[in-house]
Amino acid sequence: MSSVLFDSPGPRTRARHRTYSIVAGVVLAAALVGVVLFLQDRGELEYELWEPFVTPDYLEALVLDGLVNTLQMAATAVLMAVVIGVVLGVGKLSDHRLVRWPCWLVVEFFRAVPLLLLIVFIFFAYGTGGGIGSYWSVVIGLTLYNGAVLAEVFRAGVLAVPRGQAEAAYALGMRKTQVMVTVLLPQAVKIMLPAIISQCVVALKDTSLGYYVLAPGLTTVGRSIWQEFGNQFQTATVLAATYIALNFLLSMLATWAQRRFVGERSQTPALGIGTGGRDAGQPMGGGGAFGGQATGGA
Amino acid sequence: MDDVTSEFDLVLQAFWLTIQLAALSGVVSLVLGTVLAAMRVGPVAPFRLAATTYVNVVRNTPLLIVFVFVFVAFPNLGLLVGTPFLLKGVVAVSLYTAPFVCEAIRAGINAVPLGQAEAARAIGLTFGQTMGNVVLPQAFRAAVPPLASVLIAMTKNTSIAAVFGLMEATARMRYFTNNSADDTVIFLVFALGYIIIVETLSAGAWGLERRWRVAR
Repeated sequence: MSSVLFDSPGPRTRARHRTYSIVAGVVLAAALVGVVLFLQDRGELEYELWEPFVTPDYLEALVLDGLVNTLQMAATAVLMAVVIGVVLGVGKLSDHRLVRWPCWLVVEFFRAVPLLLLIVFIFFAYGTGGGIGSYWSVVIGLTLYNGAVLAEVFRAGVLAVPRGQAEAAYALGMRKTQVMVTVLLPQAVKIMLPAIISQCVVALKDTSLGYYVLAPGLTTVGRSIWQEFGNQFQTATVLAATYIALNFLLSMLATWAQRRFVGERSQTPALGIGTGGRDAGQPMGGGGAFGGQATGGA
Repeated sequence: MDDVTSEFDLVLQAFWLTIQLAALSGVVSLVLGTVLAAMRVGPVAPFRLAATTYVNVVRNTPLLIVFVFVFVAFPNLGLLVGTPFLLKGVVAVSLYTAPFVCEAIRAGINAVPLGQAEAARAIGLTFGQTMGNVVLPQAFRAAVPPLASVLIAMTKNTSIAAVFGLMEATARMRYFTNNSADDTVIFLVFALGYIIIVETLSAGAWGLERRWRVAR
């Protein structure tokens, strides 16, 4: 148990660390008990307040009106965003200035503008009255934002394909489009799959913004539940738990895709999700953070 | 359009609130995130567990739900009742941003090559000297680009405060839009405002990065 930063701790230091751990554990446990007692005291743990979430009718509303709509919105937006992302990403790599610059402008614009501002604009300019409605306002907003983000991802992915691949394809006499479509893009998509799945997490989280324009979805159903029962805290907890569970599944999928399609060697911390707790088994002390990542890259 | 030009001071006021919200949340979440990062790399196991749980839970929760907790659920429990809206907005945005700051700082620490610490130990530096003179300065520099993108995302995220009654830029745009042809112009004015803030931030980060770029 020695670290690069200091000698392995002796019995005294280990005892000291044990004391810290016990004290910290007791403090944190006390805080947790305190929170539970506070909620109990306020009557927030009463069965009536949680009842809607075990009543079949409300559960059905939550799943059919909320969950299904949320998932549908996220899936539609991500699929359309992938298409837009490929087009814009390839456009940014174009040899022609007339194609490259507009693509660059569009990507930068939608990346810099807050998604909520975009959704509010789409909804109040085109969605109300006989317009496209709140559902599609949110989906289109999500598509434009995530498409711009994915364009950057795809561009980076195409650039990450080894140079020799494109050179070999040109040497075989392929045209620019052929090189891009048959050689570079398939490999780029494979490299970028984990990043695309991580972007799904972002899109799923952002569907909650539909709340502002009353688009169907988990948060909107949640609001009608807490307006009826006055159980704001309980509803928020259930909604958060639902989102966390869904995102956790997606993160696991991203980790699996990383291992399956990209391989272990590129541990890009930028992909972030799912790498939590990597240093849990590392030696104690500040040096614990020097883990596989620092040595793995080179 | 006439509304926006004749009441341009309202637009500026709204962006001033956005900037206040972003600046305060930025400071608070940097502090919170650093504390979380310290807990996650430190030797005390319960702290490590607590920080890791917090990071994983909050990172997977939509910001809107965090806002629901702070603005709707907590007042219902008798917490944060008389608190000004700006302060509640700062609480919500900071609680949400801190885990991302924590991960950026951890990535910075991870980016320092192992050989640096080994070399420092080999020439006889103590733990404090190794950390203070060798590892942390490099970690901080490596953390600048990811921290900048976290802060930029946070600035854009302050727009969610509009949903809960803060009259910042997004809420102000909502007030100006009136389902007419002018809406596009109004949108572009507000988008430009956000773009200026975001570009200022990223230019600042780029400047810092260039100044501190370490020869490796």
